[in-house]
Parts: sequence; structure tokens; C-alpha cells
Amino acid sequence: MSFISVNKLWKQYGDQVVLENLNLDVEQGEFCTLVGASGCGKSTFLKMLLGQETQTRGDLLLEGQTFPAEPDRNRGIVFQRYSVFPHLTVRQNVLMGLELEQRPLLGKLFGSARKEALEKVDDMLARVGLTPSANKWPHELSGGMQQRLAIAQSLIMRPRVLLLDEPFGALDPGIRKDMHELLLQLWQEIGITIFMVTHDLHEGFYLGTRLLVFDKVRNDPHDPNAYGATITYDLPIGQMDRSLLQDIDQSVTNTARHQAA
Amino acid sequence: MRLINRTPGRLTATALGVLPFLILLLIYGLASQQRLAENPNDKLLPGLEQMTAAVDRMAFQEDRRSGDYLMWVDSLASLERLGMGVGVAALMALVVGLANGVLPLVRANLAPLVSALSMVPPLAILPILFIVFGLGELSKVMLIVIGTAPIMMRDVAQRVRELPTEQLIKIQTLGANSWQVVTRMALPQVLPRLIDAVRLSLGPAWLFLIAAEAIASTEGLGYRIFLVRRYLAMDVILPYVIWITVLAIVIDQCLRLTNRKLFPWYNAGGH
Repeated sequence: MSFISVNKLWKQYGDQVVLENLNLDVEQGEFCTLVGASGCGKSTFLKMLLGQETQTRGDLLLEGQTFPAEPDRNRGIVFQRYSVFPHLTVRQNVLMGLELEQRPLLGKLFGSARKEALEKVDDMLARVGLTPSANKWPHELSGGMQQRLAIAQSLIMRPRVLLLDEPFGALDPGIRKDMHELLLQLWQEIGITIFMVTHDLHEGFYLGTRLLVFDKVRNDPHDPNAYGATITYDLPIGQMDRSLLQDIDQSVTNTARHQAA
Repeated sequence: MRLINRTPGRLTATALGVLPFLILLLIYGLASQQRLAENPNDKLLPGLEQMTAAVDRMAFQEDRRSGDYLMWVDSLASLERLGMGVGVAALMALVVGLANGVLPLVRANLAPLVSALSMVPPLAILPILFIVFGLGELSKVMLIVIGTAPIMMRDVAQRVRELPTEQLIKIQTLGANSWQVVTRMALPQVLPRLIDAVRLSLGPAWLFLIAAEAIASTEGLGYRIFLVRRYLAMDVILPYVIWITVLAIVIDQCLRLTNRKLFPWYNAGGH
């Protein structure tokens, strides 16, 4: 039995078919990048993994169990924006998860328990390179720093799956490169299963172990919502050549044009 | 250069801001002088002299009948009512607003009621308050509560719902239960917004306070103004109005500074 298995999964909003007949098996520790044109259901799929959305038909299983229908501490998330709490400093942001877990009622740690937790926090901050900014407010951080913080905040909970929804979409190219390195390094150290949605096909090719391309196989120009997207390419990264990248790029761009038309 | 692009410098801005006050003062001074020249006992537009005399009498001399310094007694009574009313209203707004903002079940249950209540003209139910709570302090405080709480409740609920969904999801992935979502995410972020809501509610609160005092009271700023109206005592009314305005400004600024001090992240654009 694989870690996550997706079986004949469909997602519809009314008449609009977003995803059709999705089948996928993911092993623990894989780093999957999800690419595709906008409106092709990659974010919807991520939301289903997160528990923010539920499927219309089919199975979505984590170690054979149905995914809980609401977000929980086993699935961490980093959004493109607004992932950190503006009213807490960097350190408090990372500490939050530990406090929530250990104190269901107060949600705050004191004394030696707090000290112990803060050691973990500082260790995590060092890993993502935020030690110098530990006592700053999030609004004092750059976009890249905020994303580092969001990642640290999720990882300190040791979730089973880390979900990233276009986490670097709003960052400058140079910063994006640094973030890629950081993410790969953390993934290798911690060995967590990662799903990352990205707009950037080249980012998808570079990061991770597995590329999943979401695309529409069928297209009805008179009724663009009649058919949903599915996974058209499921490729191990590192075994791809340039022509394949161009093929995928072409196909995704075509779909994007159809969507826009 | 277009008019929309012409911005005053600091000095010009201050001068422009002070100017209307000076003009008002000047117009009043001239009109008052003219009337007093015709009739030294004129009561409608008292001069500075009469007003300082009235303030001296009201604030710094014992009242002959009661032995109190009336202006201070009035101020204290009014501020007490205002503070109680707005305080209770803010507390209610926080509790109901948070519940409405965070919990869809409570929102479905309570939001229509709150919306309907906020539409009731508070002064229209003042007689009911007098009948139910008597003519004492309670009815006046209740008027302020009823007049300001529903709108603040709606405001707080709205502010909670404006918090990004991403945050709500994120805190759940950190393992928060519903209570923790309220106490660690919604409450701390809504407190500075509540203070803003209170600042906006102070205007209506003063209105309700003075209305209630005018009708049934034995002391208070509103009571005094309406009492001395019978003698056309503009020399008392005008300083009282200015005093109320000063109090309102001071309270507003205190709240603003408190907000800044307590919630640095909020005012630095961290939301």
C-alpha cells in the first residue's frame, strides 16, 4: 500500500468539471511538483490534500485511510501570501504550533516548557536562516523571509505531508533560487513528503523527484467547462530531455489559451 | 500645475488648518461685541468676560445650594456613564462579534438578530428603558449600550471575517482547536480593530448620553446644558459644549495612542 493513493478522483462545482478521473500513488518522502495552466485543478487538488475541499467522487487515501475533511496538524501548508500571523514576532510565529499542541486550553507555554520549546524554535529558525530576524515582526521581513518563516512554522510540527501552493510565485528570481536550495536541503534533511503547486514549468523540472502535469485531454470549445483536467504526464525528474519539456510547455500553453478564449 | 497635485508644505498646512477656527472666533467676537454694545445684558452672544466668569462660577466656586463644584460633578457623572456604557458595549461587541465572525453556526443563528437590532433607532426605545430600568443610572447606561453595541458587534464580526482565509487554514494545520483559533488568532488581531470601532462609536455614545441626561437626570453635562437653557445662559452652555468637545478629543487621542502602544504590528502596516 502506498503512502498516498488517489483513485478515480473527480471534482465538480455544479456543471463545471475541474478534475476528472485522477489516479496517483505517492510514496513517503517523494517531492512532487504540480504544474499546469491556471484553472486546471492543481490548486483544487492541493486543497483536497489539505482537507479544505472534498472530492465529488473517488478515493483519496493516506495510508489506506480517508483524508480527514478538515485541515489538521499532519498536513502543513505554505501559501503564496498571508501564511504567517502578523500579530506575532518571527519567534512567536514558529512557537505557535508547539504551544497549541501542548496547551489545548491556554494555547500558551510558560516557564521551562516554554524554554524547551524555544530551543526547538531557535534551531528551526537557524535552519531556515532567520536567526538574525528572530524578534522582528513579519511586516518587517522581505517576501522571501516571510516564506522562510512560513516554512519553518509548518515544519516544526513535523507534518507527514507539506503542501506548498505557489510558495515562490511572488518572489524575485534571485530569491526564488535561494528558496529552491533551502527547500531541497530541508527536504533531504527531514525526508518529508512534499507537494508543490507551481506556475513555473522550469521550477517544476528542477525541484523534487516527480513532476505531475495537470492538463485537459479533451476540450469542447463551445463548453469549456464540460471536461476537467487530469494528470497527463507523471514523470520522474532527472530522466527528461529538453524536447519533452517543450512538448509539455506547448500542451500546457495550448490549454491556457483555450481557457482564456 | 493641476490643483489636485498641489500639496501644502508643513507650515502652510498648519496655517490652513488653523484658519477656519480663527475665522469662526473672529465672526463670533465681532457679533458678540456688537450685541453687547447695544445691550450690555445681552445673553445670546456672551463675550469672553462673561464666559470666563461663568466657568469660574461653575468650576472653581462651590455651588451655593449644594456646596459642589458643579462642572466637575457634571463631568464626573457624565464620564462615568459614558465609560460604563461604552465599556459594556465594547465587551459585548467583542464576545458576540468574535463568535459571529469565527463560528458559522453562531453566525447563522445570531447575525440576523444583530443586524435587525442595529437598525432600531435607540432614542425611540429610550421611553422603554425609562419604564423598564427606572430613571436612575441604569437606563442611561443601557441607552449607550443599546445604541452602540450592535454596530460594534457587526464591525468586529466583519473584521474577523476579513482576516485572510490562509491564516485560518494555517492555524488549523498547526493543530489549533476552535477555541484556540479564537484566542490565538482572531482575538489578538481584532483587539486593535475594536479600539478603532470604539473610537468611531464615541460620537453616537455622547449623543445618547446627552439625550438621556437631558430627559431624566440630576447631574451631568447634558443635564446642565438643558437646565440652564431655561435662563438662556449661553455663557454656561458655550463653555460646556467646548468642554465636551475637548473631552471627546482627549478620549479619542488617548485611545489612538493606546492602540499604537499596545499593537505596534497593527499600526506599522502589519495587517
